[in-house]
Amino acid sequence: MYEELRNQVISLLSKQARLDGRKPHEYREIKIETGVSKNAEGSAKVKIGDTEVIAGVKLEVMKPYPDTPDNGSMMVNVELCPMSSPEFETGPPDIFAIELARITDRAIRESKTLDTKKLCITPGEKVWMVVIDVCTLNDAGNLYDAIYLAAMAAMKDAVFPAFDGEKLDYKNKTKEKLPLSRVPVSVTVFKYGDHILVDPMNEEEKAFDARLTVGVLENGNLCSLQKGGDTAVVADDIFRMVDLAKQKSQELRKHL
Amino acid sequence: MGEIQVKDKEVVVPGETLATGMDFLPSYGTYREGDKILASRLGLVTIEGKVIKLVPLSGVYHPKRGDTIIGHVTEILLSGWRIDTNSAYSAVLNMKDATSEFIARGADLTKYFEIGDCMMVKIINVTSQNLVDLTMKGPGLRKLRGGRILSVNANKVPRIIGKQGSMVSMIKQYTNCRILVGQNGIVWIQGEDPAQELLAVQTIKKIEREAHIPGLTDNIKGFLEKNRGPNAPQPQARPQSEGDTNDL
Amino acid sequence: MRLNLRQGHRVRVIPMTYEKRFDGRAFDEMRPIEAKAGIIKRAHGSGWFKIGNTEAYAAVYGPREMFPRFMQNPKKGVLRVHYNMMPFSSAGDRVRPGPSRRSKEISHVTQKALLPVVDLGEFSNAVVDVFIELPQTDAGTRCAGICAASIALADAGIPMKDMVCAISAGRVDDKMLVDLNYEEDSHENGVDIPIAMLHNSKKISLIQMDGELSSDDLKKAVEMVKKACDEIFEVQKQALKKKFEIGN
Repeated sequence: MYEELRNQVISLLSKQARLDGRKPHEYREIKIETGVSKNAEGSAKVKIGDTEVIAGVKLEVMKPYPDTPDNGSMMVNVELCPMSSPEFETGPPDIFAIELARITDRAIRESKTLDTKKLCITPGEKVWMVVIDVCTLNDAGNLYDAIYLAAMAAMKDAVFPAFDGEKLDYKNKTKEKLPLSRVPVSVTVFKYGDHILVDPMNEEEKAFDARLTVGVLENGNLCSLQKGGDTAVVADDIFRMVDLAKQKSQELRKHL
Repeated sequence: MGEIQVKDKEVVVPGETLATGMDFLPSYGTYREGDKILASRLGLVTIEGKVIKLVPLSGVYHPKRGDTIIGHVTEILLSGWRIDTNSAYSAVLNMKDATSEFIARGADLTKYFEIGDCMMVKIINVTSQNLVDLTMKGPGLRKLRGGRILSVNANKVPRIIGKQGSMVSMIKQYTNCRILVGQNGIVWIQGEDPAQELLAVQTIKKIEREAHIPGLTDNIKGFLEKNRGPNAPQPQARPQSEGDTNDL
Repeated sequence: MRLNLRQGHRVRVIPMTYEKRFDGRAFDEMRPIEAKAGIIKRAHGSGWFKIGNTEAYAAVYGPREMFPRFMQNPKKGVLRVHYNMMPFSSAGDRVRPGPSRRSKEISHVTQKALLPVVDLGEFSNAVVDVFIELPQTDAGTRCAGICAASIALADAGIPMKDMVCAISAGRVDDKMLVDLNYEEDSHENGVDIPIAMLHNSKKISLIQMDGELSSDDLKKAVEMVKKACDEIFEVQKQALKKKFEIGN
């Protein structure tokens, strides 16, 4: 259906060019602003070019899951607000929103960035639950990386509300930050024909062959992977995409 | 004694008072309420003698009979194609209006146009219920192969085309791109060199942003001069080929 | 005396007369207001309205094709409004995503508040969608949403006779005041009256109230809102004009 568009993207990539004049491995300008929503325990607005998302962290006290009585927990939820694209509709999260949330969740969870043991208040009774909601404001492509950056920046911004053992006082914020031990970064690489690029715009997102989201730790190790797209790729392509993701992760980490 | 409350060519908002007294006449985009003339949409004020009207700055394209537009196929119908017109109303291109070839009953219509195909078409009818009929029979009307599609504010199309096509001709000369502008705000651009194609895109976006600011032609000329790059060929008048006519 | 659970365990002794507002404002003074137009690039029109710590985004899409089809109106376009608080926006617990009874009602009354100014006569069968999102709240969200939506509709070029301005008035103890914040809104002996007004005619398109109020106080509230609406209109107007300034 987007054959013409795909051919055009490929023909540009073969000349090291893109529809908007960027180089294949070049991100648009990235801006992160924290503390953008006063009622959230932590919040961040991320812009990648014209793509804009906002993330907020709420901290709740809950009963731990029976199998992990001394661990707190976390959850990432993505709202593709119908305000941000003519293609998004009202209603429960569709598979795109769910996948975006799960990709973001996995990079944070599986890197053990958040020390869930430190989120325990009383074993078996009370633990902290970290809920990260990311809402889109404008989708101009690459929500994958924008949502991840917003979630991570909001977590880094978050502080605990006052809790006296019985009641939460959201009005009263402490200075204590979330127990974050590392800063994984998630980079999504897109493949068209034999070429790969990062940070696609809307048009490019319509016509890709394969997509790989890679969670990268400070030491260069990987903490999550998710392949998308309708075509299969050879293993060498995966390695090539991972290498690019590792390289770009250093650039993105500087913004956090 | 009546008095104008705004400047000529000023951007005004809905409900803003444009004039007081009975000396002026409300025209497009304005209405009279008591002894006042008020804006009934966002727009640019134009005062011509006693007549006050607004030129819209925004708003989705509304299909009009006789308009030449660029659309794309969204659905294959029984005897034609459904075309997205970049408006609230999709249109139908009937087989008989698409080609002079004879198409047998039950033929595979995707042989002619597939879903996603872009085409320059003309609106032949709009009913009171906004059902839109198209034709592809006419000079320059055709399927668009290759190139890229740009979507702009349809209200700015007259400025992008310019007087007798002067603006679009200038962009074509400086960028060596083929450019077609649909009245519905869809623009098709095809160039040999990615950098020149990009310059054409940026120029059109600049016109879209600055169409209401005085000195547009000079500003755009300056922009093209400045950005065309050292290696770009000198602007030259390209011979107009069929289909390149944007001479709406 | 009362126990305000939202405030934790502090017990506040409420004086019978409200001498000074919690945030030090004059009784007829609104919180600081900021507004912008055109901030959501993909929408046909958008607005942002911040009053104190309450912040609303609004985006307009359309007129566009309406689905499901049975909801189409062959006489004129349909205005659809979706109001939503972001999950982390509230002063208390996380707001569960998805529509609630509250958000559905507010969407409904917001639609009714905007309907009197928009003219969708030429958009038969189509829909104009208004999406309102609140990233941060401190009372007055429906009013902030209406102010933002009004900017967004104007920005989208929708034919509109007037701007809609909305603000709450109310009473805390013995004092009438305008633009209640969260502390005042949740005050035990308080009344909140959100009102939306058409800027020129000062006609009321939304009014709600909870609490106990004399009809004389209601008259006072309406007068206060009239004055506040003129200030809000100025902010909305400047936001829209600013979008079209050179360099924006």
